[in-house]
Amino acid sequence: MSKDMKTTVSSDPPPENMEKIKITRRDFMKRLGLGTGLTALALTGCRSEAENDAARSAASGDSAEGSMTYRINPKTGEKVSILGYGCMRWPTVRSEDKEGEDVIDQEMVNRLVDTAIAHGVNYFDTSPAYCKGFSERATGIALSRHPRESYYIATKLSNFAPQTWSREASMAMYHKSFKELQTDRIDYMLLHSIGGGNGMDDFRARYIDNGMLDFLMAEREAGRIGNLGFSYHGEIAVFDWALANHDKYKWDFVQIQLNYLDWKHAKQLNPRNTDGEYLYGELEKRGIPAIIMEPLLGGRLSNVPDHIAARLKQREPEKSVASWAFRYAGTHHGVLTVLSGMTYMEHLEDNLHTYSPLVPLNDDEMQFLYDTADLMVQYPTVACNDCKYCMPCPYGIDIPAILLHYNKCVNQGNVAEGTQASNYAEARRAFLVGYDRSVPRLRQASHCIGCNQCSPHCPQSIDIPKELHRIDRYVESLKQNPA
Amino acid sequence: MAAIVMVTLLFVDFSGTAQRWFGWMAKIQFLPAVLALNLAVIAALIILTLVFGRLYCSVICPLGIMQDGFGRLGKLARKNRYSYSKAKNALRYAMLAVMVIAIVAGIGAVVALLAPYSAYGRIAQSLIAPVWAWVNNLLASVAASHESYAFYSVDIWLRGSATLAVAVGTLILLAILAWRNGRTYCNTVCPVGTVLGFFARFSVLRPVIDKSKCNSCGLCARNCKAACIDSAAHTIDYSRCVTCFDCIGKCHKDAISYAPSYGRSKVEVSTDNRPDSGRRNFMTALAALGAAAATQAREKTVDGGLAVIADKKIPARRTRIVPPGAVSLRNMAGHCTACQLCVAVCPNGVLRPSASLDTLMQPESSYERGYCRPECTRCSEVCPSGAIRPLSVADKSAVQIGHAVWIKANCVPLADGVECGNCARHCPVGAITMVPSDPADESSLKIPAVNTERCIGCGACENLCPARPFSAIYVEGHENHRII
Repeated sequence: MSKDMKTTVSSDPPPENMEKIKITRRDFMKRLGLGTGLTALALTGCRSEAENDAARSAASGDSAEGSMTYRINPKTGEKVSILGYGCMRWPTVRSEDKEGEDVIDQEMVNRLVDTAIAHGVNYFDTSPAYCKGFSERATGIALSRHPRESYYIATKLSNFAPQTWSREASMAMYHKSFKELQTDRIDYMLLHSIGGGNGMDDFRARYIDNGMLDFLMAEREAGRIGNLGFSYHGEIAVFDWALANHDKYKWDFVQIQLNYLDWKHAKQLNPRNTDGEYLYGELEKRGIPAIIMEPLLGGRLSNVPDHIAARLKQREPEKSVASWAFRYAGTHHGVLTVLSGMTYMEHLEDNLHTYSPLVPLNDDEMQFLYDTADLMVQYPTVACNDCKYCMPCPYGIDIPAILLHYNKCVNQGNVAEGTQASNYAEARRAFLVGYDRSVPRLRQASHCIGCNQCSPHCPQSIDIPKELHRIDRYVESLKQNPA
Repeated sequence: MAAIVMVTLLFVDFSGTAQRWFGWMAKIQFLPAVLALNLAVIAALIILTLVFGRLYCSVICPLGIMQDGFGRLGKLARKNRYSYSKAKNALRYAMLAVMVIAIVAGIGAVVALLAPYSAYGRIAQSLIAPVWAWVNNLLASVAASHESYAFYSVDIWLRGSATLAVAVGTLILLAILAWRNGRTYCNTVCPVGTVLGFFARFSVLRPVIDKSKCNSCGLCARNCKAACIDSAAHTIDYSRCVTCFDCIGKCHKDAISYAPSYGRSKVEVSTDNRPDSGRRNFMTALAALGAAAATQAREKTVDGGLAVIADKKIPARRTRIVPPGAVSLRNMAGHCTACQLCVAVCPNGVLRPSASLDTLMQPESSYERGYCRPECTRCSEVCPSGAIRPLSVADKSAVQIGHAVWIKANCVPLADGVECGNCARHCPVGAITMVPSDPADESSLKIPAVNTERCIGCGACENLCPARPFSAIYVEGHENHRII
């Protein structure tokens, strides 16, 4: 299941925000007591930081229009911006009519798309499955306001569910994409996340037995599809089979997960996954352009443990933590574009800054990142990138919210080693209070029954019930052992 | 004033801090101390009254102080509004008799209605605590946006509509009475006031009118919230005087002083014509409000990408569940004054006031919102009346308050065909074993087998069971708790 990634931090929070993490009840009252003025001041502080950043970029001209780095598609000669827009994480707002239902914030999507296009981004990657099925429509609405030749559209045949495996259902999904995206041509069409579920069996059922792959090739011949490729996660046999049949299918591009952590550590972190080094190498061997997903691991490479952040900052004090990951992905020459699921304007601005133009990493810097990856794998974070493919859990658990909260606490040093740890009381409170904030009680890990209906959907092959039960045991130990 | 603040904090502070600091405030309340047979407190309060008069009613009883608040507002509206009235002793002693009979006969509902501290507790828990929690939740949302963990948000839910109705009724009635006439309730209805009044007649220190200085202007009487100063006769009814000292401050002639008595106590005794409608109003208000069932509290609504979770419903339990430390249903019924302190401090949403008539407003447990967690003994720590006795965390894990019952029809492995075992995974005493549903097939989906001898009835299984709205495993209460 191919996925876009999210950059969670555009410019790192100003130092006063870091301090705030540990304010006491008294401090808090004091701040409140000083009135909203101070709060407003602090908030303005964050915002102006981002604005300053943008102002600085504009002033120095390094993210000005036209200076985006482009890569050439070897088959079509298309100039594709190195920054691709992942449309899986569009911003949402609470709808007014349906109580509590989050819907895509179309106005914000329009603004993001306008800004992206104005700064040279011309690749937009969506799927019929994204954003509860509404991503294509929202993307289509925003893009249709621009000349069709100013951007490339990528979407997928996301026929994961067995009821969509039939030719009719898959065909309906394919045709719906054109309608939703308000176009008569899909520039980049992907088989979505081959290797997921039951590996080869699912792959055959989804694309071979129902003749859909043959159909898509015919569509490519007919010009309704510009480039045909696939995105890959999971079972490596499917990836290998697809490439072994490259002569037959003539893949125009392949979308893979690539970042400095997965380059050498993907298999180590989870035996069911494959190192990025191998995946990229196989494509390079065959001269197939790579499109990169998860360059930031859903924000896990920007929301890093404090001392990793310090390490990266020390080397490049003026660049964001996330920028390292994007420069890394772009440095590989066989990469056509790097997808980023930018939810916020700050994400977009930071990425524009990084890629206008891309300054490739030198060997020294590459090694520095691999060394950083070696340090990062020592943290017991869960490899969740918040793609929400596991959702909805039939028993109501908010799986990604639980895993993300756990990761956040790991990164902030709020997962105490034991009751004797010097920070136990603080860490315990931060974990438990934050847990209730991030996840409603009824959706917490204690309610996971272990039915395991989620795990097959996870592109990162996480054993979700096992992780949830582990976190639940930890929560239980915190609750039973007051400071 | 300090007392009412402290007592109120006991009922509204869900963090447990107030209970640690001011827990004693609840334990020195007269009626709970009597029911807990806390002889030291009873003796101390009687001695206090014998020396100073009904100081208890002015500075310890939260319900009394609350009435003073309304009384002050009444006096702002119209000055010098009170007047002397004769004691309604028949009514007072009748109410006391009702109380004594109710306690002896174990009619909990009557005891609960008449107990002054508990009446205040219900007001604090039902009406003030939700506001406190709401303000807290506001602060918590601000804190959350500042990455501060200083405040955490809590559930606000209606624990019992009957109790809420009683609290509202009590509050309205007392507000009106206090606004108009000051301490009418304390001197005509309150059985604790009557008992203390009996001792106060003989108190050493008391306000005394110096006839030689008094010009009979009546200002003292018109400011006496107890309506106990007969300025014409220069006498004070010490059984009703709550030692507030307002008269001393009001007197222009310095004619009243708080001084040792020299055997000059003179008690006014009469049954009067003045229509004191306290009790009747009280009962009428109750009847009216009892019918007004409030709406069900609603949970926070779910997000879009999440499956809807149906609320759990309370299973029909043959025997109600009372928390560890309650010893038995009889002990609970015989000691509880329904002050709601345990309900207020329960952090797990387990305790709520009973709605059934024989145990009206007394606490009972249910597990739709949470379960009786192993590390928590909060209710047993705060109970002032011996209805829930103190016990340690270790003791608690060995007290069997009920046992789990499995309902085959609801069990998820059988109904949905998926693995579960959430009850067994969370049983704190390991009383549940997962066994194959088909004895002949080891690999068949597993179902829970409860060892009722080890089960303590905490409700973890019931609460965390994925079957909704009715759990596939629920707890039946035990009349007498057992140590296992």
